[in-house]
Amino acid sequence: MKSRIPRTASHFPSSRVRAARRWRLPLLASLLVGACQAGPREVVNVYSHRHYDADQLLFDRFEELTGIGVRVVTASADELITRLEREGETSPADLLITVDAGRLHRAKERGLLQPVGSPELSSVIPENLRDPEGYWFGLTQRARILAYAKDRVRPEELSTYEALAGPEWAGRVLARSSENIYNLSLLASMIAANGAEVAEEWAAGVVSNMARPPQGNDSDQVLDVAAGVGDVAIVNTYYVARLLNDGDPAARELASGVDVFFPNQDGRGAHVNVSGAGVTAHAPNAGNAVRLIEFLVSEEAQAVFAETIFEYPVRPGVPWAETLHSWGRFRPDPLNLQRLGELNSDAVMAFDRAGWR
Amino acid sequence: MSPLGPGGRILLTPWTAATLALVALFLLPLATIFAGILGEPSDTWRHLASTVLFDYAWHSVVLVLGVGLLALVLGITSGWLVTTCEFPGRAVFAWSLVLPLSIPTYIMAYTYAAIFGHTGPVQALLQVALEPETTAGLRTGLMSLPGAAVILALALYPYVYLITRASFMKQSGGILESARILGRSPWRMFLGVALPVARPAIVAGVTLVLMEVLNEYGAVRYFGVTTFTTGIFRAWFSLGDAAAAIRLSGCLLLLVFALIVVERIQRGRARFDSGPAPARPVVRFQLAGWKKWGAFLACGIPVLFGFIVPVAQLVTWGLGAAAEVADPRFLRLTVNSFALGLVAALLAVTAALVIVYSVRLAPTAVLRLAARASSLGYSIPGAVIAVGILIPFVWLDRRLAPVLSQLSGSPAGLVLTGTAAALVFAYVVRFLAVSMNSLDAGFERTCANMDESSRSLGVAPLRTLLRVNVPLLRGTLLAAGLLVFVDVLKELPLTLILRPFDFDTLATRAFQLAMDEQVARSALPSLLIIAIGLIPVVLLTRLMEGDRGGDGEAPAGALAGVHPAGITRT
Repeated sequence: MKSRIPRTASHFPSSRVRAARRWRLPLLASLLVGACQAGPREVVNVYSHRHYDADQLLFDRFEELTGIGVRVVTASADELITRLEREGETSPADLLITVDAGRLHRAKERGLLQPVGSPELSSVIPENLRDPEGYWFGLTQRARILAYAKDRVRPEELSTYEALAGPEWAGRVLARSSENIYNLSLLASMIAANGAEVAEEWAAGVVSNMARPPQGNDSDQVLDVAAGVGDVAIVNTYYVARLLNDGDPAARELASGVDVFFPNQDGRGAHVNVSGAGVTAHAPNAGNAVRLIEFLVSEEAQAVFAETIFEYPVRPGVPWAETLHSWGRFRPDPLNLQRLGELNSDAVMAFDRAGWR
Repeated sequence: MSPLGPGGRILLTPWTAATLALVALFLLPLATIFAGILGEPSDTWRHLASTVLFDYAWHSVVLVLGVGLLALVLGITSGWLVTTCEFPGRAVFAWSLVLPLSIPTYIMAYTYAAIFGHTGPVQALLQVALEPETTAGLRTGLMSLPGAAVILALALYPYVYLITRASFMKQSGGILESARILGRSPWRMFLGVALPVARPAIVAGVTLVLMEVLNEYGAVRYFGVTTFTTGIFRAWFSLGDAAAAIRLSGCLLLLVFALIVVERIQRGRARFDSGPAPARPVVRFQLAGWKKWGAFLACGIPVLFGFIVPVAQLVTWGLGAAAEVADPRFLRLTVNSFALGLVAALLAVTAALVIVYSVRLAPTAVLRLAARASSLGYSIPGAVIAVGILIPFVWLDRRLAPVLSQLSGSPAGLVLTGTAAALVFAYVVRFLAVSMNSLDAGFERTCANMDESSRSLGVAPLRTLLRVNVPLLRGTLLAAGLLVFVDVLKELPLTLILRPFDFDTLATRAFQLAMDEQVARSALPSLLIIAIGLIPVVLLTRLMEGDRGGDGEAPAGALAGVHPAGITRT
């Protein structure tokens, strides 16, 4: 009996469990000593809201070119910002990548980013797509546009975002939840253009025109248009492009019934936003982070964004995917993207008051 | 032997002290929430209160009522039929009705969303006969509050099924037999005798279901239904206001406590987990004609839609992505999940052992109350626990970091929130009750008075524990650990909030893939979670089947293990 005592507490019989235990100690140790000690290898730690396989391939390519390992945490930008705040000076993160300029601005406002002076970046990226003080840089552009059913809507019937609140669209508009950052930034751009009151009235008007309560993501809106749940949806361009190029023939077939319309072309232009990156305030590997941004706006990387993820490149002269070409050039809203961040909370509250779930 | 000193004063033994310290630690998240509620409300909170708070409350309540009702209907019907009637497939249904318990609700939700999706099998099938507009409406209908209620009920009804079935089984030999001899029709027997007797059990079962509903995050988030839990995530992350998140947590806790109180009141002094098992095997009604097939459907539908359909869909996807099993990233997810589960299980079982044993040493009112309080964690939604832990831990980390940097000479990271430490602690808080209930039952069943005898022979309590109880309880300890392990593997909201840098688990990865419209790729982690979730379910059903005329405790005891929150804690 006596000899058995010390073993009992940790007496796990199966070999699988034992195998897992062999992992446990090194794993825990690495966790505990963890995040701060990078080891001998050069690394850059990335907090990213983007989660495309193409991104991972680009990171691998970067490592191949520079020998700098890229470690990525993916989560929503809100979670990442909360985490950066929490971690403060001890944060292991070097680079914050979001899918919206508003969040980058929020990070800047909260002192989570640092300015970068890179002649390379300032020369490649157009001025309106980066922070004037170098706190963040746009990597790709996305336009939030209208996707409509070819068989039920003539493009002449479409004009502006504002017009979607009109009575002729009753029961025909599809949109996703107001929690979504793309919608928040769109409303922020409308607040900037028309004032808070008009923008809130617009939101309420769209809510009363909705074919169903907001649900699903951008792809769902497009597919719902295709399936006839509603006639027009507010979505980002690349979701439509992705469906048109989907591996599943059923999805391609459905999406072929949908076309895109760039609104407000006679006015301020279609709402655009960027997916961008900023070096964190306490980045342990700030130099590597800058090199990664520079790589991501290189011709090689920009072409990957444009051709496989169907985003618009920020670097001029990079070839677009065929689908993007077919839609042609459009007039983007020249609004300084920083405003999207500044007006974000106003947009949240306006959506809540308008009853846009 | 008596723990009381002269005059009934409690002696502060090391055991008592250890237990009280542990319990205080485990109550930390609750304390954080209560302290936060007392503070001044923020502007964000005022905005939420004047706009969306009512929606959150309304949706949560409707979901609770809807899921509760559906789970009752599914669970009681199938439980009654399987116990008292004979019809085709009965023996198979008896165990397979429990299977949906192995599928986490969020996996059920996104699998069904895809099945009903625009390019999914259901639409393709229906569009042979119907217009696409009509069939598209189906998906729109599913991704809604009522849709979420149906999905949650399919995943959660087994709690009601298990516990009512156990109750019906106990009655069947005695009361039901008498009612039958007195010439009652089966229908009157069910309404007049079986249901009233089983009521406390049924309510306890449905209370478990409802606690799971209030804890729900993944499924409602995926369907776009706003509830208190999604509100907590939103207030905290989108609006950046932890104080508002705390207040929402407080609201949610009120609902939880209301549930517990209602359950206690209706139960009164009734006990439903005791009493002997039926002495004779049940004589079942032989169903014929349409009744036979009606019963088959009533049991077949929940099994089909609660388990077979979603698993079949996941397997189909999984086969397409089978090569990814060898992917080092998938391996890392598995290792992460297993490591977390093992460490949390070890700690939870150890803590439970200390607490249960010290109550046994000194069953004073204070200790009993403390033990009960420490098992509260199970009824507290994961998101609330995360909020309650993160805030004090961050505060502590901020102060620890400079000290540690000084000591180590290099910049130190966040020891608690930057590592899995906070996460593991949160798991222990949330799942302690799981291990405590198993151990409670185990001590009663296997140790009897042996430890008392040992101590009365002058052996110190620690030695007694290690040399007498632990060897006797080996099976129970393993079972308790296994249950915690499985729960940790399935857990989502807490893990999403507290997981450290560059750290994903099977659950978080599966959910994120599904959220990113790559639901087919979530199949492998989802299937692995389900497969491991099946282990306790299979053990449980085997216990139930092997229980005929046995010691009578197994079903209730095992159920308590699978689902603890208060069932056997009378």
